[in-house]
Amino acid sequence: MSNVLSSQETAVHGVHDAHHEHHHHETFLTKYIFSQDHKMIAKQFLITGIIWAIIGGLFSVIFRFQLGYPDASFPWMEDLLGKWAPGGKLSPEFYYALVTMHGTVLVFFVLTAGLSGTFANFLIPLQIGARDMASPLLNMLSYWFFFLASVIMVASLFVQTGPASGGWTVYPPLSAIGDASIGSKIGMDLWLVSMAMFIVSSLLGGLNYITTILNMRTKGMSMTRMPLTIWALFFTAVLGVLSFPVLLSGAILLLFDRNLGTSFFLSDLIVAGKVLPNEGGSAILFQHLFWFLGHPEVYIILLPAMGMASEILSVNSRKPIFGYMAMVASLFAICILAFLVWAHHMFVTGLNPFLGSVFVLLTLLIAVPSAIKVFNWLTTLWRGNIRFTPGMLFAIGFVSLFISGGLTGIFLGNSALDIHLHDTYFVIAHFHIVMGVASFFGMYAGVYHWYPKMFGRYLNNTLAYIHFWVTLVGAYLIFWPMHYQGLAGVPRRYYDFSNWESFKQFNGLNEFISVVALVVFAVQLLFVFNFFYSIWKGRKVTDPNPWKSNTLEWTTPIRPGHGNWEGEIPEVHRWAYDYSKDGKDFIPQTEPVGADESKH
Amino acid sequence: MKDFFLIAIVVMIFVVIFQIAKASEYVSVLKGEEKTRKQNNRINGFLMMAFLVLGLIGAWYCNELYFGKTLFPQGSASVEGEEIDQMLYITIAITGVVFLITQVLLFWFSYKYQESDTRKAFYFPHNNKLELLWTSVPAIFLTVLVVFGLRFWFKITDDAPKDSVVVEITGHQFAWDMRYPGKDGVLGKKNYKLYNKPNGNTLAVDFEDPDSWDDLRATEMHLPVGKPVKLVIHAQDVIHDVGLPHFRLKMDAVPGIPTTIWFTPKYTTAEMRQRTGNPNFTYEISCDQMCGKGHFSMRGVIVVETEEEYKKWLADQKPEYLTLFPDKDPAKATQAVEPAPTPATDKPLAQVVSN
Repeated sequence: MSNVLSSQETAVHGVHDAHHEHHHHETFLTKYIFSQDHKMIAKQFLITGIIWAIIGGLFSVIFRFQLGYPDASFPWMEDLLGKWAPGGKLSPEFYYALVTMHGTVLVFFVLTAGLSGTFANFLIPLQIGARDMASPLLNMLSYWFFFLASVIMVASLFVQTGPASGGWTVYPPLSAIGDASIGSKIGMDLWLVSMAMFIVSSLLGGLNYITTILNMRTKGMSMTRMPLTIWALFFTAVLGVLSFPVLLSGAILLLFDRNLGTSFFLSDLIVAGKVLPNEGGSAILFQHLFWFLGHPEVYIILLPAMGMASEILSVNSRKPIFGYMAMVASLFAICILAFLVWAHHMFVTGLNPFLGSVFVLLTLLIAVPSAIKVFNWLTTLWRGNIRFTPGMLFAIGFVSLFISGGLTGIFLGNSALDIHLHDTYFVIAHFHIVMGVASFFGMYAGVYHWYPKMFGRYLNNTLAYIHFWVTLVGAYLIFWPMHYQGLAGVPRRYYDFSNWESFKQFNGLNEFISVVALVVFAVQLLFVFNFFYSIWKGRKVTDPNPWKSNTLEWTTPIRPGHGNWEGEIPEVHRWAYDYSKDGKDFIPQTEPVGADESKH
Repeated sequence: MKDFFLIAIVVMIFVVIFQIAKASEYVSVLKGEEKTRKQNNRINGFLMMAFLVLGLIGAWYCNELYFGKTLFPQGSASVEGEEIDQMLYITIAITGVVFLITQVLLFWFSYKYQESDTRKAFYFPHNNKLELLWTSVPAIFLTVLVVFGLRFWFKITDDAPKDSVVVEITGHQFAWDMRYPGKDGVLGKKNYKLYNKPNGNTLAVDFEDPDSWDDLRATEMHLPVGKPVKLVIHAQDVIHDVGLPHFRLKMDAVPGIPTTIWFTPKYTTAEMRQRTGNPNFTYEISCDQMCGKGHFSMRGVIVVETEEEYKKWLADQKPEYLTLFPDKDPAKATQAVEPAPTPATDKPLAQVVSN
């Protein structure tokens, strides 16, 4: 009897010992490069994402120079871009390439891979109590496919005809025919191949996240006890797994149209004075395929930020998140509706008006779960005891931006108004605030909050405060006035307005926005500096639970090894949000429920 | 040299900020980390309130500066667009109230409930009544917006009135071409395979079709005021978009899939010049769908004029058929056959770009 028990114990401990063994034999290559530890993979995603964010941000700074100073020329621009900026003046071709790559890089490489890739990898095992992902190998492959996609995308910047330049939405026929645009030559093929690799990466990641969350929760961690971060990452993964394959099919069909002479998206074309032989395709079909991913993609970007903001707001208000079940339900509702609203990007394509009306209804429905989330966040702050950690500041900023950008969605989702506002600066303002800047704020909140867990050190607080306030004020200064440009009908993706009687009244404003954009970009570099400097020189973490948080990741050692917990994985006895309950500041999830404890 | 100084100054600023940040970390150790943390908390709490107040003032100031530059003070130039303007004001009113309430609560709560030793956070995990309230109230307001919006949407997208003036507009990189149906009121058929640059048939009209013989071709769109206009929209190469900001309209031009929109111009160009006080006011057609390197220069012009002026303009136009095949022109039948002049298809702007 005792023998059986002890052999069982050895078996259990054997697993842990294996972890320790594994630890000792790690080489530089297996620890930092081809690592299968979810925490290291998360850091790989984060750092690759940061590098991409700098590149993508720099693109926008360069094209903002053109918009802010359409008549000036900058010698340094010629030094940097060569033939793309003859005489120091950005060429229209490369302006459009920059706009396209800015969108592609930020939407996919930074706010999808950099955000979900980082935090799903880092937080899922740590917060549900698992030693690693369901398949560490697939997880590693997920990063390396992303890396491959990155390499191909970078390569496309250097081909002779330049990178893709038909907008990040790559609508054919423009993107399908090399004669229609210089960016639709080899650069576009590379774009499509890179995206295909990227989609493989995101599918491998997503399947892994879903499997891990469903199967590998520690004892006692029922679904309804999971922190909202995990719920958000779960729905994000579901969205990605169901919608990315549709974009993959679109990308492959477009590759066929480009290279194999098919006509999925092409018909009735006269390009550069030549009648093309393609017949029977539909350019609109691609838009349906694109936006069937493209709209869920917005929520793939936004949901992780929502989840992290919920968690951080609760921890730093020292209050439970208000309406946990409503928060989960609204995430679920957003996840479902995200699949049913894609055609609101296509109100002016000649879409059947009745079909359009259905999409209006479904689109505006999303405002209901969004409103629930906003009011629940506000109520979480109400009568709290708020600590303005840098993570908390960014979480509050996230809510503010989500409100501002979400409300303008009500304008655009209503087809009658969208007719006027479609493809104007109003749209730029809307989606940059609600999914660009807001998601960035969620990401920053997450980085500041979990940095101590990632690296065992703190980021510098003063730099963090400067980073937050300049970015918040700057984001509003850049994007708020753009709504007015949109109301004036100023179209997106214009290289120069000087020949337009209707759009040239905003020259001063364009210059102002460009200057602010430059300052905001510089402050992001301050963050990047803080990030890398603090990895080695930051203040060391001495308290394993620096934010006094309930969730499981803070029960691991300050610098957890592969396998996360040294002993047994802790058992969970309660939800993640018992803050200020029964006079106690916080009650970790691992603490058993007391006999005299009040029920909520 | 100037560049060098600029870079040096930027680097200096970075170094100074970094040194301050580093120093503040040492100071916090000296002063006691808890004390510094509380001080920082108060500063950030104050900044929350400051941001709210200054932000609201800024939003008001921005409106003062730029609302006058939008298209709304001058009103819609089309009858149908008035409803879109009305829809905009309804939406601004509703979302504006929500914006104010939520942003004020967010920053005010942040300020008011900043950490204090004297207060304990209130354990308040959920309240069904409250949650029901902010599920149902937004739902009601959204229903209002959907009902208004769809009423306008169906009106705008309904079939054009029977007596509409029909104009065909064709987009190609990077210009617009117009075609009028002529006296018979019917546009001749088109077939993209008939595109022929050397003979000038760049709109690919099928001149076998007798309906095409009186069709007029123009590079400017002339419209009579006060009459409904139906645009038939084509594209030849990539997707373009007919953007008519003054008329509050927009419709994609998709190769192979013709689209239509209709509207009723309310003011002539001359009247608009008076209304806006801008002697150069022009109704412009902007391409609103990314179409290549000259996208930003794909400009079209609409001249809205009185019925008489419009009729006179129409009468002055010569059917494209006769321009392309001058020998068929009854007026010229006696003259020697001249080589067909190539119609002006490219506008100066587009030429600048394509060169």
